[in-house]
Amino acid sequence: MKKISTAMVKQVASIARLNLSSKEVNRMQKDLSEILAAFKDLDKLNVKQTKPSFQPLPIINVFREDSQEQYLTQDKALSNTEHKEKGFFKGPRAV
Amino acid sequence: MNKYKLSVKEFLEESAKGNINFLDFADCMQKEVEQINKKFHFLREICNIKDRLYLKPPLNGLPVSVKDCICVKGVESCAGSKILKDYVPTFDATAVHRIKHQGATILGKTNQDEFGFGTFCTNSGYDVPKNPLDPLRSCGGSSGGAAGLVAALDYPHIALAESTGGSITAPAAFCSVVGLTPTYGIVSRYGLIDYANSLDKIGTIGKTVHDCALMLSIIAGKDDRDQTSLGERKSYSIEKSTDLKGIRIAVPKEYFQNLDKEVEKHIWDAIKKMESNGAIYEKVSLKNTNIALIAYYIIATAEASTNLAKYCGMRYGVHKKLEGNFNEYFSAVRTDGFTEEAKRRIMLGTFTRMAGYRNAYYLKAMKVRTLVIDEFKQLFNKFDVIASPSMPVLPPKFSEIKKLKPVEHYQMDSLTAPCNLAGLPHLSIPVKNRTPIGLQLIADHLHEEKLMQIGSVFEKIR
Repeated sequence: MKKISTAMVKQVASIARLNLSSKEVNRMQKDLSEILAAFKDLDKLNVKQTKPSFQPLPIINVFREDSQEQYLTQDKALSNTEHKEKGFFKGPRAV
Repeated sequence: MNKYKLSVKEFLEESAKGNINFLDFADCMQKEVEQINKKFHFLREICNIKDRLYLKPPLNGLPVSVKDCICVKGVESCAGSKILKDYVPTFDATAVHRIKHQGATILGKTNQDEFGFGTFCTNSGYDVPKNPLDPLRSCGGSSGGAAGLVAALDYPHIALAESTGGSITAPAAFCSVVGLTPTYGIVSRYGLIDYANSLDKIGTIGKTVHDCALMLSIIAGKDDRDQTSLGERKSYSIEKSTDLKGIRIAVPKEYFQNLDKEVEKHIWDAIKKMESNGAIYEKVSLKNTNIALIAYYIIATAEASTNLAKYCGMRYGVHKKLEGNFNEYFSAVRTDGFTEEAKRRIMLGTFTRMAGYRNAYYLKAMKVRTLVIDEFKQLFNKFDVIASPSMPVLPPKFSEIKKLKPVEHYQMDSLTAPCNLAGLPHLSIPVKNRTPIGLQLIADHLHEEKLMQIGSVFEKIR
């Protein structure tokens, strides 16, 4: 596992939709590098034959009765937003 | 003089007999909670108790505080984050719905690390709670407000809390109260503001094991609104536990490395007391302990980074003037709304899921979880519980926490992360009254009743 670069920090921040100042980029580069260095024991581990556990307990095919239920009304769904118009959420322009 | 200085058990008995003047009780408690909160900052939002009194058996109006990340209908719920400021849920989390229907009175929302991102409750978008045993020290986190309030309030009260990697155990130990983290899935996560879906567990903090058993009996059990929920609704009884005769306890050597000397001494004293009461202990090894902490942080931050993608200032929480395109607007909201630690965890989780790194980190961590579960399961073929310290240190001072690097901060979870990663039920019980050191007992999946029975006996002999 290689050390994380400032270019990588900027790329990750862009994917995560976070604006970082150059000071924050440098601090994040240092912090993330130290954290990834502390993860180095993972390199030594051979888990090729091990199956991943995506949950702590095995849960397979969870079904429920196909019955109608009351979920959020449109008014309730919109009750926490300032940005709404004609019963819809209003967002920023797409491009 | 506080005429309502009652245990939960006494409150339920007295209220059933009609010996409680509830309006006076609500007035007295309201004043006390507001006064305590001015000094210690346990609650982000305090409800009007009188307005919310719900006098219905079996809880008969028992006040319950709710961690900020658990949704309460009509009460601002922010998970400790500024990005969720002004968010008022239009529904109750299943756990809240269940306690309300059993007669609980919602007391308010307790302070926490933002989305649970911390061990000391200092990474909050709001107030930082102070330890009632020493206000210069941390309550522990992330359920710090919940544990602090349980410890400081001399009124009948139980807290609903939540743990992802130790967020119930750490504050319970530091504030010298009892914290129960149940098996992953037996309490529905519906209405819980996520940190990491495969790790989050709603649990409870109380003054006694009895209080935790009472609360678990109400909130546990399958819920169709959470596909990962499991188990029948049942009553957890600790009444029949009288001694520890024949109880087999595993003591893993890896959990006794780099401990504060005082913590180590108290935990060995606790284990010896259990031995004197009939338990049999044996030193064992859990070789995957260190790797479990690493896997925990990779999984937790990877899941957090996807969960937090939804906070973008459109549907709830913080809003800005709609300016710029999607990316510019979302980035501006997120940059202002998250604290530094949230950004760090989002960045780490985003990185470990990226093409080229996913197999080396995220997928490998999922495989480590299998190794950790298998290792625990092997021990439970022979032992009833695992005993260890809850935390490796005494509650640190705020001035000491400021000096910690992020990686040093994460290492504080070394004793709590493995059992949380494996979804195992665990209990933190103070080794003595008003002593900020917890004995951590871990049991096999779905063995909460046995765990609490053992804990209840320890409570009597400590």
